[in-house]
Amino acid sequence: MKAFIRGTGVISPQHTFLESNFPETLIETNTNLFRCIEPSYSEYLNPIMARRMSRVIKMGIASALRCMKDANLEMPDAIVAGTALGCLGDTEKFLKAIIADDEQFLTPTSFVQSIQNSVSAQIALHLSCTGHNFTFAHKGFSFESAVLDALMLIDEKEVETVLVGGIDEMTDHNYFFYKKLGRWKTEQINSNSLYTSTTKGSIGGEGASFFVLSKKQTPGDYAELKGVKTIYNPANPGQIQNKLAELFAENNIKSSDIDLVLYGLNGDVRTDHWFTSVMENYLKNIPDGVFKHLCGEYQTASAFAVGLAARILKSGVVPDSILYGKLKPETVRNILIYNSYGNNHSLFLLSGLTGQE
Amino acid sequence: MSSKVFITGIGIISAIGNNVEETLSSLQKGESGIGKLDNFSSRHRDHLAVGEIKESDDLLKTRCGVSQTSRYSRTSLLGMIAAKEAMLNAGIIDISQFRTGIVSATSVGGMGVAENHFLEYLDPDDDNKFLDYINTLDCSDSTEQIAAHLGITDYLSTISTACSSSANAIMFGARLIKHGIVDRVIAGGTDSLSRFTINGFMSLKILDEQPCKPFDASRNGLNLGEGAGYVVLESEAAAKGKNILCELSGYGNANDAYHQTSSSPQGKGALAAMQKAFVVSGLSPDKIDYINAHGTGTEINDLSEGLALRQLFGDKIPHFSSTKAYTGHTLAAAGGIEAVFSILALQHKLVFPNLNFNTPITELEMIPAQSLIKGVQINHVLSNSFGFGGNTSSLLFSKITA
Amino acid sequence: MNIAQDELIDQLKADIIEQLNLVDIKSEDFQADTPLFGTGLGLDSIDSLEISVLLERKYKVKITNSQEGKKVFQSLRTIAEFIRANQK
Repeated sequence: MKAFIRGTGVISPQHTFLESNFPETLIETNTNLFRCIEPSYSEYLNPIMARRMSRVIKMGIASALRCMKDANLEMPDAIVAGTALGCLGDTEKFLKAIIADDEQFLTPTSFVQSIQNSVSAQIALHLSCTGHNFTFAHKGFSFESAVLDALMLIDEKEVETVLVGGIDEMTDHNYFFYKKLGRWKTEQINSNSLYTSTTKGSIGGEGASFFVLSKKQTPGDYAELKGVKTIYNPANPGQIQNKLAELFAENNIKSSDIDLVLYGLNGDVRTDHWFTSVMENYLKNIPDGVFKHLCGEYQTASAFAVGLAARILKSGVVPDSILYGKLKPETVRNILIYNSYGNNHSLFLLSGLTGQE
Repeated sequence: MSSKVFITGIGIISAIGNNVEETLSSLQKGESGIGKLDNFSSRHRDHLAVGEIKESDDLLKTRCGVSQTSRYSRTSLLGMIAAKEAMLNAGIIDISQFRTGIVSATSVGGMGVAENHFLEYLDPDDDNKFLDYINTLDCSDSTEQIAAHLGITDYLSTISTACSSSANAIMFGARLIKHGIVDRVIAGGTDSLSRFTINGFMSLKILDEQPCKPFDASRNGLNLGEGAGYVVLESEAAAKGKNILCELSGYGNANDAYHQTSSSPQGKGALAAMQKAFVVSGLSPDKIDYINAHGTGTEINDLSEGLALRQLFGDKIPHFSSTKAYTGHTLAAAGGIEAVFSILALQHKLVFPNLNFNTPITELEMIPAQSLIKGVQINHVLSNSFGFGGNTSSLLFSKITA
Repeated sequence: MNIAQDELIDQLKADIIEQLNLVDIKSEDFQADTPLFGTGLGLDSIDSLEISVLLERKYKVKITNSQEGKKVFQSLRTIAEFIRANQK
């Protein structure tokens, strides 16, 4: 199952939204937390539309609309979103109100907005899109499930285009709690030193990345998305290798056909060994790249990676700032992404397009 | 690509029964599970009618065989019970015999537990029991706990699209099988009552203080409920030689794109979802013998759903009923629970009554089944689930031909 | 129009802007007689629930049914009139 990436819209801690100077100018953080660089939402939403939207919903809608414009598409046939945390801000707000007023004088807005599928629902409302509309909310599989759903829809011939995205916001409260759970580094580090760190924990991040996946190729497409695989709670790297083999076989390629592997290394000494093991044992001598020093760690970070890979394949340029190790690809035809969030591991395969203008 | 997807097992827990057998008995006897809220306190208790499962969390833990000190939310426990029943019902002893996945759905996950510790969550200096429960707010938490309980590792995912969630989980599971990602899927959903949802629906002013009256002219709103419902979906190859309950012959999801919580007046989204289900199945509407409607009892849903049914079936509307006056509206679990009801209807040739009905809605003049109908030909059942965010879903269950 | 009524309308406008998060709205788009629902401001049923709670909580007046609500919620002016007529 495959599809063409016709457009992208990415709000991230980097200058990805207007594609102005990313990756030439990179944003760093020294606070162990990356916050998104947000556009002016009034360009996309008038005050009436935006009145009850929390930040994460605005991020989702703006990146979706940007993506549609990039794809030169007025109406997708389906909308599928992956969001692990949904609208946690609204959930917190409604709960606070319940407690503060002892279940009295409650107003529905934050309750309605807290519903997990608010982002995909609001996009559908905004576009008047009546097609298939799913929201997946499974940690590090949220975006992966959304992509699989989109690929299946296209393969079923039910649709021509699917707007698919991964969105997660890091609220202050959530960041604080993950800190207590030991997910972040206890020492402050610079994001560029993430991969030389030898301690536990990572740095927090967030983002909203949308893509138009299309059945047919059109001029200006970024890349071809050729597959997605998920591996739950693997016992050993051998299980990752089995899925790699499956992915390669389905696409009639070998590991030597991969020009660049983007790894979800996040600087956490407890889990980075998964990636280094695959690097050293199954994908040796292949140029390696990394991305979490650009977006931080969050459940749908793989969506950022897909956006990055798509951009690389379209431009043909591999920025030095994402390379890990000494190897640099001369040409880039096939990019593999291997990411994880907790015990949710995933793989994506993307290929460049020939005959591009 | 497997062209057919079969259902080989069902499992359920709700206000009308702790398992399939008890559920069927209640449905047949017209015994509703709607009553007062007992398991936790709320200022609104005297103004609420809910479909509550009376078992405490401790009792549910005992039934699941987990320790009393373990950190399972009520939502997880209900899901574990129902999904396990479905698995056993399907005769699955060795989960690794085929590639098996789970697609589960929930709307608020462990909110029923988390909300009790929310003040700790707000206080940065507190020592934080909340940390034990923070993961329960994550929709995938219950899915992974159910997966662990059943030994499933091949494929996991969680869908959260409000009240259509588990219907979507079932259709996604079927498509995973058709595309050869896995050979079988335990699919469905689970949700438990919480102050969060009670107050949320109260603020929308769509709750009925009395037992709800779906499709009745004097209907006044919905009753909230809790529960879990799961089905075991299998490919043709995996189902070979097994006792097949029925085929999932059709499904469809669409979006109303009208309003965040209200349906469009003519039920456009509802109509689109049902039409898609017919296209997938290749069936025409005249083949439907029973419709298990979404029928929440709200002014807007029942009218718009009814109008959509009229557009689809014209004057020849088959037997239909909403079963929400039995269980309450179980939110994300509704699609899964009502899938089980639809399959029971097929298996036992029954049409379950639409309780509390007296007068048809003027614009519809549609009269649902008012008492249990037995011994009728039931070959195809349509089940509707419509959620906030305009999310509309329909499932079609068909008897398999010999 | 008396000063008290105008003051009430101004206060109500500020309260509704805060309650519904309409901070970015232009003043000319939200005046005393601007239709609140349908065309005009374009509010919906969720907003009417928000306004009902605001009236109950701050102004101590209650809308008893949705028919009454439709009449009262036509504009800032009609809401102000309702408050004045029903406030104890």
